Amino acid sequence: MDFRFEDVDGVRRSLADANYLADDGIAGIVYLADRLGKPILVEGPAGTGKTQLAQSVADITGARLIRLQCYEGLDESKALYEWNYKKQLLRIQASGGDTDWSEIEDDLFSEEFLLTRPLLEAIRAEDRVLLLVDEVDRLEVETEALLLEILSEYQVSIPELGTVTATQVPLVFLTSNATRELSEALKRRCLYLYIDYPDLEREREIVMAKVPGVDANLADQVARIVRSIRQLDLKKSPSVSETLDWARTLVLLGIDKVDAQSATDTVNILLKYRTDIDKAVKEFADRPDDLVDDPT
Amino acid sequence: MTVTEQAGPPSGGGREDTPLLDLLSGFIIELRQAGLPVSLTENLDAMEAVTHIPIEDRDAFKYALGSTLVKNHSHWRTFEVVFEVYFSMRGDEYTLEGAADGEGPEGEPGPPGEGAPQGGGGAMSGLTPEQLAEMLMKALMNGDQAMLRALARQAVMRYAGMEPGRPVGGTYYLYRTLRNLDLDGVLEGLMDAARQEAPEDLTPLEERLERDEFGDRIEQLKQEIEAEIRRRLVADRGVEAMARTLRKPLPEDVDFMHASREEMAELKKAIHPLTRKLAVRLARKRRHGRKGALDFRNTIRHSLSYGGVPAEPKFRFPRPAKPEIMVVADISGSVAAFARFTLHLVYAISGQFSKVRSFVFIDGLDEVTGFFEGVEDIGEAVHRVNTEADVVWVDGHSDYGHAFGVFWERFGRDVGPKTTVMILGDARNNYHASQSWILKEMQHKARKVYWLNPEPRAYWDTGDSIVGEYSTHCEGTFEVRNLRQLEAFVEKLV
Repeated sequence: MDFRFEDVDGVRRSLADANYLADDGIAGIVYLADRLGKPILVEGPAGTGKTQLAQSVADITGARLIRLQCYEGLDESKALYEWNYKKQLLRIQASGGDTDWSEIEDDLFSEEFLLTRPLLEAIRAEDRVLLLVDEVDRLEVETEALLLEILSEYQVSIPELGTVTATQVPLVFLTSNATRELSEALKRRCLYLYIDYPDLEREREIVMAKVPGVDANLADQVARIVRSIRQLDLKKSPSVSETLDWARTLVLLGIDKVDAQSATDTVNILLKYRTDIDKAVKEFADRPDDLVDDPT
Repeated sequence: MTVTEQAGPPSGGGREDTPLLDLLSGFIIELRQAGLPVSLTENLDAMEAVTHIPIEDRDAFKYALGSTLVKNHSHWRTFEVVFEVYFSMRGDEYTLEGAADGEGPEGEPGPPGEGAPQGGGGAMSGLTPEQLAEMLMKALMNGDQAMLRALARQAVMRYAGMEPGRPVGGTYYLYRTLRNLDLDGVLEGLMDAARQEAPEDLTPLEERLERDEFGDRIEQLKQEIEAEIRRRLVADRGVEAMARTLRKPLPEDVDFMHASREEMAELKKAIHPLTRKLAVRLARKRRHGRKGALDFRNTIRHSLSYGGVPAEPKFRFPRPAKPEIMVVADISGSVAAFARFTLHLVYAISGQFSKVRSFVFIDGLDEVTGFFEGVEDIGEAVHRVNTEADVVWVDGHSDYGHAFGVFWERFGRDVGPKTTVMILGDARNNYHASQSWILKEMQHKARKVYWLNPEPRAYWDTGDSIVGEYSTHCEGTFEVRNLRQLEAFVEKLV
């Protein structure tokens, strides 16, 4: 069995080349997932780059990304496979009355009439694939069980056809926003990775890498302000993608130094709740300790 | 120990790794002791993982272990501490022999290690405290990581006054070191320096950013000092003993009544995800909830189109339950922490219920619903409840009987068949009259009456606790001492 990565540093470097700035943990776990042949369960607040990680890994390994977006009410026929019953009906009609029934029956449940859905597609793929199961926590607990066989054995059992086993172990990423506790069975089968908001340096680097035309000073300021805002007690802290949007806006507006005024004017890009905005604006304007006369 | 043997073959090479595997199995046993649910599969995964990642790449090693063993982010802190204890660098430089008489500058224990950061360690022992403070200031100003690490070591050697063999967890040493460093003063000093350095006056925003930045660096320094103390303690007392002293309950197992301030802050942070989870579950339940009762008339009418066969049963529309909740909380000293916490929770989920009213009492009783209305900052509201609500009648010792009396007299008519009453308290009545007939009446009128008791079940009905008498008139009496139990209860409620 050949591995995708040479060592941890290799993962780190190629992720950086793909413009994904990984912190210490991420690279190690991606490497490990490859070696152990285990799926990665990525959890963390919204907008911290969970899905992006899967996409970047797909990029650097040259794998085709197969994505299954989870939602409430997702079932076998949407996730695994479905029999194409219209075609089956046609097949029965086309045969007329003269053919033997058992022959038709054998024929009806062959691969020709099978509609593959993401999970089965990932298992059957001949080329390199990466399976991304997005927002698993939206599934109901019962539906979660659908994933278990795939995640541990990399196979799908189809009663009429038998078991389809993967020719190669695909990398699998599952993401979750932790709106509910996932089942023990699912967690046990996965490596667990928690992606939190990045620290100051990493966020600055991300801004530098992703926002064209931003200079180091502005990136530094943006990262610092966002960190301060995250320390406030808010309904929804700004995510990395919102930080990037904000930085892009500042660049577009030609602001190269953020002061209280420009921060107040543009903060609605970072924060989406009225009360959060009010709180942040108040914090921008207030001097925390001494009340010296405001020069502005 | 059998685990180690089983893990031999899959790990691929038991060769010279055996000491590591032994260490690892001890590590996993300690994690289990600390309450983390580590299954056998996860154990084997960890054993296999370490064969792929070299222990020299410490961060990758740590995260690799974490990803196989810790499947819940709130357990990460516990994992980190245990990891530090088991896998921290150990060496001669951490022995305590020299430090016992260590206030003086000659208390430099052992040779400083190699490498740039430790290089400063040897030279520093000759410094006066003032010089040390100045260096600290400079290092913080420039954010010089290596220097900070060296200074943290030096500060521990100098100020912690660690003695070999003392069975302590290190909090005291930390306190001593920090007191000597006076970090609050350092922060002010840094701010002054920043103000002077700036070409013009700092705007409030800049000031704030500077403060956050320095605060962050000082926090790093504190952690560095803590880690240093821990390393030394481990070197002195051995891994197992140290891990045992440092063992702390997981966030969901922290007892409300005995939570430290830090733990309380952690708990408050945990409320938000909890309420979000509940909201999601509630919404789901509503959508998938049982349909209403069979609508006989409608079914028969539809059966006509099938020739009188009731092929398609029709149901009434489900009537969504809109529970009103009344929370009656004891906020006397003995259970205050618990009550405050629960008020937090109740108000966080109040969006989910059509009506939530809350009352607090000690020996008098007052409605505090108004304090929460239109308030964004729940913490502030809870503070107002504790300071402004009129809850003392005679002497400020809990009197459940009288408080219930007041409740029934003033608000009893608002209790209706939709109302769920939650009473929070330990039912320690100071031997006053119980007035339990009120609860009996209440149970008749209300939909449900629940009693949440923050005391361990074993203490119930001992001393002046009369929870048994009250609970005969409640639908359920629950021991709610930690987040896990609270979550279980709220799930039952919705």
